[in-house]
Amino acid sequence: MKPDRGRQAGEDFAWRSRQAVADTAQRVNFRSAMDFLQEKRRAQFTDEAELAQLRDLGAALRRYSLAHLPRLLEQLEARCRQNGIQVHWAETAAEANAIALDIAQRAGARRIVKGKSMVSEEVGFNHAMQAASISAVETDMGEFIVQLAGEAPSHIIMPAIHKTKRQIAALFAAKIPGAPYTEDVDALIQIGRQALRDEFERAELGLSGVNFAVAETGTLCLVENEGNGRMCTTLPRVHIAITGIEKVVERLEHVPPLLSLLTRSATGQSITTYVNLISGPRRAGERDGPEQVHLILVDNGRTQAYADAALRATLQCIRCGACMNHCPVYARIGGHAYGTTYPGPIGAIVSPHLLGLERTYPLAFASTLCGACSQVCPVRIPIPELLIQLRNAAQARASDGVAVLRGAGAARRPLVSAAWHAWSLLYGRGLLYGFGTWLMSRGRALAPVRQGAWTRCRTPLRPAPRRLRDLLRRGQQQRSH
Amino acid sequence: MALPDVQGWVRARHRDEDHTARVERLRSALLAARAEVHDSSQSAWPELLGALCVAKGLRTLLVGTAVEAQRQRRAGLPAGVRLLDCETPADAWRQRLFGEVDAALTRARSGIADTGTLVLWCGPGEPRTLSLVPPVHVVLLATEAIHADLPTALQSEAWPQGLATNVVLASGPSKTADIQQTLAYGAHGPRQLVVVLLHPDNGAS
Repeated sequence: MKPDRGRQAGEDFAWRSRQAVADTAQRVNFRSAMDFLQEKRRAQFTDEAELAQLRDLGAALRRYSLAHLPRLLEQLEARCRQNGIQVHWAETAAEANAIALDIAQRAGARRIVKGKSMVSEEVGFNHAMQAASISAVETDMGEFIVQLAGEAPSHIIMPAIHKTKRQIAALFAAKIPGAPYTEDVDALIQIGRQALRDEFERAELGLSGVNFAVAETGTLCLVENEGNGRMCTTLPRVHIAITGIEKVVERLEHVPPLLSLLTRSATGQSITTYVNLISGPRRAGERDGPEQVHLILVDNGRTQAYADAALRATLQCIRCGACMNHCPVYARIGGHAYGTTYPGPIGAIVSPHLLGLERTYPLAFASTLCGACSQVCPVRIPIPELLIQLRNAAQARASDGVAVLRGAGAARRPLVSAAWHAWSLLYGRGLLYGFGTWLMSRGRALAPVRQGAWTRCRTPLRPAPRRLRDLLRRGQQQRSH
Repeated sequence: MALPDVQGWVRARHRDEDHTARVERLRSALLAARAEVHDSSQSAWPELLGALCVAKGLRTLLVGTAVEAQRQRRAGLPAGVRLLDCETPADAWRQRLFGEVDAALTRARSGIADTGTLVLWCGPGEPRTLSLVPPVHVVLLATEAIHADLPTALQSEAWPQGLATNVVLASGPSKTADIQQTLAYGAHGPRQLVVVLLHPDNGAS
């Protein structure tokens, strides 16, 4: 609620955005990556009617899951337990890490291999493990690159999208012992493969995310192309899957339509190379697979979105990244400028629940409300409407009756509020408004030439010499003559 | 809130196609994903496997008991090719798995024509790492077990009533586009996926 903190968040975001926009090389990377991903997606959805039907079904399935969330989570827990999967609940990021650390320490794990998991990024898993002297190595090629560089992912599907192969070549040569400098992508991938094979062989614990958790069968569905997800969930003695509570679906038959939407929207693939359906640790007679499987279900602010009828749509997200791939703002400022784990339009509507509006409200304003995101969203999340709702909440007082969100009112500025208040008084009273506009058109010469941020790249605003009502009146008189 | 109509969507996608058309759809999807596809039959595949081993220079082949049960497979293999069984516990053959194994041979439970997908039903006879760690993965798939799409496979094989602990839908060799959107194969899993379609013995191959 502290206004100074809110202002700080706004200034930080503006600063990062300006830096990003000034970085021409990075903008070229993002532009070409966005064009590539948009084209790949477009090629998958050539039949408009099929796409519309599938999106309707996807949205209905996600809404259905959320409408029955408490029941489905209980069913998931019960079925997972029957399958031998140990289920843990984490209300906060710190709780999630504490649970994972406890599992790791009980298993005597010193090395963790990680499949791609945005929730693990969200809770700061790697940092928490390092603090306990346990190494956590990212094994998705993109995540591996980003971790080597000491950076955060800039995209939820393609974490190293901001880097060129030249930058990666230099990074590998500098950071991987014995790696030669090469700009050949195949050779670079083989260097990464070799470097990580050793980790896979030795790690005692594997961590992964979950794309869909099936309540009916107690199955964790994990989507990937590289095979590192399989490695992390197969080779180590212990597998921990970490995910948000919203990822549950009721039935196995609900997975195919959502899977089709996910892979086609994300990378333009009809299916990913591997889809893992994990329903427990190794059973008697099986020769490999983990001895323990744990599922950590993370809330971390999701119930705040769940509690509001409109904001609940935020939790429909299946994390395909299509909204950021089509967002004109994301394409220009890139993922890091957002300063949150989830960037782009989805990040702007998810992050306030995870981190509070006081730290994240500028993201809700970082949109032209063009609607490209909601046009491509495979599960029809009305992102622009949610952005407007978050903008309102960021500027509302608790007494205004808007849903109470953490950090509500953080963007409220007394002067701005007073100006809007005055405008609404004026606009609601015809005579007063008429007098006001008359006064402004008379005094138009007094309009300042410098109008703050507006005139940085635009001509100054001046009231028109004649009021609209005068022009209309004259038009009517001319027609009637 | 009412249960969404998934079956309606499945029905709307239904296409009338015969067996041959379905096999061809699977083949073209697999080829598009850079898998190799070969034709053989339930009785003749060991000879084809032998020829593949020679052509690809594969010397050590890891085999699960699901295939091991088919004793005739040894007949077709040339002298230089060594077969490794994985009957010992995982940790004993894990070293070999990462080091000396050139390829693994497994069966697919079924196939999915739409996406060129192999359904790998891992279990005691078919350890999970076979289709994952060696650089070449050779899969036997009976053409009668090819479904039109994933919803059909899931339904007609009654997956919700009994999934294996680890089921993998594999649709090509391991790949990544994480470096400048450039596709590269053999990221962490097999670099080559070799699919051997087993046609019925009396039918055309």
